[in-house]
Amino acid sequence: MRRHRRLLAGGALVLAAAFLLIAPLGLRPYGIFILSMWAVMTIAAIGLNLTLGYAGQISLAQAAFVGIGAYLTAYLTTKGWPFWSTYMLGGVSCFAIGWLLGYPALRVQHHYLAFVTLAFNTLIYLIFRNEEWLTGGIYGISNVPRPSVLGWSMKGGQEFYYFCLAHLVLVSAAAWWLIRSPWGLAFVALRENPMRALSLGVDTRRYTLMAFAFGAGLGGISGALYAPLVQFVDPTPFALGLSLNLLLMVVLGGSGYFFGPFLGAIVAVLLPEWLRFAQGYYLMGYAVLVMIVMAFSPTGLLGLADRLTRPGRGAAR
Amino acid sequence: MSAVLEVRELKKSFGGIVAVDGVSFGVEEGEILGIIGPNGSGKSTLFNCILGQLQPSSGDVHLDGRPVTGMRPCDLNRLGVSRTFQLLQIFPQLTVRKNLILAGQEHRGSMLSRLLVRRDAGLAAASERMLAFFRLEHLADEHAGDLSYGQQKLLDTAMAFMAGPRLALLDEPAGGVNLTMLAGLSERLKAINAEQGSTFIVIEHNMEFVMALCSRILVLAEGRVIAEGDPAAIRRNPRVIEAYLGHS
Repeated sequence: MRRHRRLLAGGALVLAAAFLLIAPLGLRPYGIFILSMWAVMTIAAIGLNLTLGYAGQISLAQAAFVGIGAYLTAYLTTKGWPFWSTYMLGGVSCFAIGWLLGYPALRVQHHYLAFVTLAFNTLIYLIFRNEEWLTGGIYGISNVPRPSVLGWSMKGGQEFYYFCLAHLVLVSAAAWWLIRSPWGLAFVALRENPMRALSLGVDTRRYTLMAFAFGAGLGGISGALYAPLVQFVDPTPFALGLSLNLLLMVVLGGSGYFFGPFLGAIVAVLLPEWLRFAQGYYLMGYAVLVMIVMAFSPTGLLGLADRLTRPGRGAAR
Repeated sequence: MSAVLEVRELKKSFGGIVAVDGVSFGVEEGEILGIIGPNGSGKSTLFNCILGQLQPSSGDVHLDGRPVTGMRPCDLNRLGVSRTFQLLQIFPQLTVRKNLILAGQEHRGSMLSRLLVRRDAGLAAASERMLAFFRLEHLADEHAGDLSYGQQKLLDTAMAFMAGPRLALLDEPAGGVNLTMLAGLSERLKAINAEQGSTFIVIEHNMEFVMALCSRILVLAEGRVIAEGDPAAIRRNPRVIEAYLGHS
């Protein structure tokens, strides 16, 4: 059974990888753009999955970190900084800010923590909107340049898509490593039973802070790719709505499952585009679909797959 | 022989209620000390104060002569003090093997180095040994939540010994464990005590179990120590009988 499941998962993975590599050849520019956006949002969702899915710390501030990464990159690259430096800076500064945001989580939990992080998201949004001297206010920052890699320009949509995909692969590998290391187990312990974890020597303070820091850092990296992808940043995309959308990606895909964010981002980024043929009804259909999935499988799409391939067992991770 | 743990005049009150009222005792290296007492006599509160889960109102706790009063449970654990819980505490969504690995991993290397090693943290062999010792091998890859209550209780106890503790505080290890498992549990605890030289403090309601396992027993009633001595003396002590049965 175990082997059967592995084979199934491996097959799905190979097919998905093949699709991602070949797809842009047959897509129009807008399709390629949406697929690039999927890759960028998946990176942010992987980060939130670390914080929320594995370590069990709810955060409604992921959009703020994507925003900070995006604004840093937009501001500095339009001033002539090289992309790589702003990219690193986006990741590192969000890591540090996420670390600080973790401190409230040491005091409050669950919906109280949700409100603390929600307030933080709103604060950052207001800074983007109101501090015109820095962020350009509602007009934002336009003409964000796309980088070149080893003299190879990433200006074209297709090239930039592969650029985003390469980052997704790197981030996935790093997240996979983290989750497979003793840290992953400590994160799950933090989520499942923090009191027992503490009595087994798990420094729950430090791991909580690190869960926030790593989650936020990936948010920053996602933002650093967002800015050159859209080539324009303004405050609206980084309002609370995106945080809720990222939460949806994690929960709908299967919170605490490694590939949950990938699937969740398909539903949140690609599916609305595919449903456009229904015109005015597409958002309604989309909402109903999400409700049905959540009602029948609170553990998300991968939770459902887990149950279906493991007969005679309750839901378990 | 030296005292591993020294508790002096420990007090804990919740509002106006005094749960632990000036308890003092010491535990010698390698000893198995039993703590008994009627329900509500403050046994579990005493454990929680010693282990840093609760801050004591006054008094202090020394480990190997070092003051450790109010130290965080995770720091205390890394100094070699482990525990089990009265209401068992395991990780139901993890497999039995992963529960055991988790119980040992924080004692290996630094936090940074643990980011760079594989998930089993070099504890594969140790967890196999522990599984065999507690006869849980056939359940190694089951989710801990799928085990019977008695098996979960054994896992909870096994987790307390993964890091080879100097001192283990066991809160009702026999509670809810069936009779056949119970005989085995007592033997295993004695074997760990003899082989690893660990010191135990055991809270237990099952008198037969406690009398057979412990070399010395402390009796608590209403937050105070009312008697102390070897099992035979405790059995005869009129104050102990009174505390359990009331006045006649």
